[in-house]
Amino acid sequence: MTATKGKPGQQLYRNARIMDPATGLDMHGDLLVQNGRIVRTGKDLPPPKKDGTTIDCQGHVLTPGLVDSRVFIGEPGGEHRETIKTAGKAAAAGGVTTMVMMPDTSPVVDDVSLLEFVRKTAKSKSKVRILPAAAITRGLMGQEMTEFGLLRDAGAVAFTDGHKMVSDAQVMRRALTYAGDFDALIMGPHRDASLGRGVMNAGLNATRMGLSGIPREAEIIPLERDMRLVAMTKGRFHASSLSTSDSVDVIARAKDKGLDVSAGVALANLTLNETDIGDYRTFFRVSPPLRDEKDRLAMVEGIKNGTLDIICSNHDPQEEDTKRLPFAEAADGAVGLETLLAAALRLYHGADVPLMRVLECLTVAPARRLGLKCGRLEKGARADLILLDPDYPWVLDDNELHSRSRNTPFQNARFSGRVLKTIVLGRTVFELKERH
Amino acid sequence: MKHLLGMEGLSPRDITILLDRADTMVDVSRQVEKRRSTLFGRTLINLFFENSTRTQSSFEIAGKRLGMDVVNMAVQTSSVKKGETLLDTAQTLNAMRPDLLVVRHSAAGAAALLSQKLGCGVINAGDGAHEHPTQALLDALTIRRSKGTLEGLTVAICGDIAHSRVARSNIHLLNAMGARVRLIAPSTLLPSRVDELGATVFRRMEDGLPGCDVVMMLRLQTERMAGAFVPSAREYYRYFGLDSARVRLANRDAIIMHPGPMNRGVEIASDIADGVQSVIVEQVEMGVAVRMAVMEALMGVGEEA
Repeated sequence: MTATKGKPGQQLYRNARIMDPATGLDMHGDLLVQNGRIVRTGKDLPPPKKDGTTIDCQGHVLTPGLVDSRVFIGEPGGEHRETIKTAGKAAAAGGVTTMVMMPDTSPVVDDVSLLEFVRKTAKSKSKVRILPAAAITRGLMGQEMTEFGLLRDAGAVAFTDGHKMVSDAQVMRRALTYAGDFDALIMGPHRDASLGRGVMNAGLNATRMGLSGIPREAEIIPLERDMRLVAMTKGRFHASSLSTSDSVDVIARAKDKGLDVSAGVALANLTLNETDIGDYRTFFRVSPPLRDEKDRLAMVEGIKNGTLDIICSNHDPQEEDTKRLPFAEAADGAVGLETLLAAALRLYHGADVPLMRVLECLTVAPARRLGLKCGRLEKGARADLILLDPDYPWVLDDNELHSRSRNTPFQNARFSGRVLKTIVLGRTVFELKERH
Repeated sequence: MKHLLGMEGLSPRDITILLDRADTMVDVSRQVEKRRSTLFGRTLINLFFENSTRTQSSFEIAGKRLGMDVVNMAVQTSSVKKGETLLDTAQTLNAMRPDLLVVRHSAAGAAALLSQKLGCGVINAGDGAHEHPTQALLDALTIRRSKGTLEGLTVAICGDIAHSRVARSNIHLLNAMGARVRLIAPSTLLPSRVDELGATVFRRMEDGLPGCDVVMMLRLQTERMAGAFVPSAREYYRYFGLDSARVRLANRDAIIMHPGPMNRGVEIASDIADGVQSVIVEQVEMGVAVRMAVMEALMGVGEEA
């Protein structure tokens, strides 16, 4: 099936709590979709034209589908962990209607032919939209720049070395400078290759467990470097996934200076801390590492006050071969597409972050930063929607995950809030089966 | 108690019971007929992913003195080297139905991981930089037999704390038993916030040794003295090596300990290692006794039905 054409005819979603984080609209009413595009929202809209359908939303929240800015998929090269097809299913179940795929595949997405392979496969295999990000450097080796112009024209929405940080400051400087000519967005994580060589947050827990620590400075120092380089080059930059309170301060200062920077945080760093690792549980080994509770609260505050812009899943499927190992030898990463919204709602239920703000960080904020015309309910926009019950109580069972890998840190976790229906271009691509 | 994975969390009572039991094992080992058949017919597997002839032999002798059938798995030549994971190995071993597994591995948490997947009791013989509980117990037994008690003693642990499982297990045990722990090391060999585990930190031997009843030296791995953590062996010995002048700073009746194997002339002077205050050889003897005690305790010997 193809995800480019909208569902023909009209669909009227009525009796919904319509929330549009782009405008702050929060009203009880209806939303009309035609040929996969949003036509209008309003109260008591007339029934759809003939052959159209009416969907009763039963008062649940109707809001834009989620835009996930940081997703790792195994295809090509690691299909035993995740394929584009299984990632698409997982995304649909999690309410994600657009995701940005990281270039860390084998081979790496660092040239036009690979990018086209990904786009074509995504179109034919995935019901939700998968947009590729291309590598900043060839083979993610941190040395030679990729063809930003050609890649951008071929559909790369951003440039990033995925798991890796560009260590060489001169290479990073040139990338930011050159990307500016194409108005391209450079994104990346911050973890110094030598200082960040450990396996968990540095501190008392790492010391007690006999594990090598990743100091907070391994993130803060390269982040400060990049802010300087952005100021120097006038580039556009998005810090993909931060984890420390000082990083939030660095971003706040950069924004005060008027730099074109934005920042994201992975769901794990908003909802978990290092003590969750417990008895060497490798599913809690992620990058950036889980920090202490003070840092976690600072990340939540950053989302609340707007210093941090985007919440991402940092979805990173890993299998038995990389996770069923002693903690120090296991790989980083956790799956997150299917728990992105439910876990993010913990900020709304438990940390006083308004529901609208949580949704904004998951929809229009990433869409805007990536230059995408989605994640909002305006006329003519893609009818990528979710129907959400923000209070739906459920317990995660990893056997029910659609992802090919099951490395979730939320096994048996209790959540409030679940996606009931996911709609892409007017088509329902996921519907929650009621269990009795 | 089914497994012995670490000292952390063990109560003073647990520790005292193990040490009391070990005291009787010392007597067994000093008889001409060194046999107890309390664990006759049980199977013990020694699984060492890191080479350690002395620790492995100590466990082997302990198991044999209790009448067990002891199998040493030579991991260096086994399928582990061919890419088999630790848990694959666990599954294989489980099928052989051992009663006790002794494991040493370079990764912290390896013993705990195995204990979750195996049906038998697991004794951690060292997991990365995490814990080495039988070493701490044998150290405690050695101290107790020399000083009569652990409570109120001042014990200095000197050297590579950062990479030492022996240090961590000793910190937990000594704190539980009411001893005061001092750590003496260059800052590069002290892990972050280690004082919060229950210790006072010193950066100079001259500051940390006065008033000590026990001086425990740690081995400094050769690869760590070549510039990564300290610049050279000779500089390390100059500032952190235990020589006779430094021994005199401690209490007159202080005992000197080392878990072995020693680097003579790096962390400890030869004459100190062999001197009157040294109990290093006794530590080895206590090792067998402590391991016998732990094996019996894990197998439930002597418990009321």
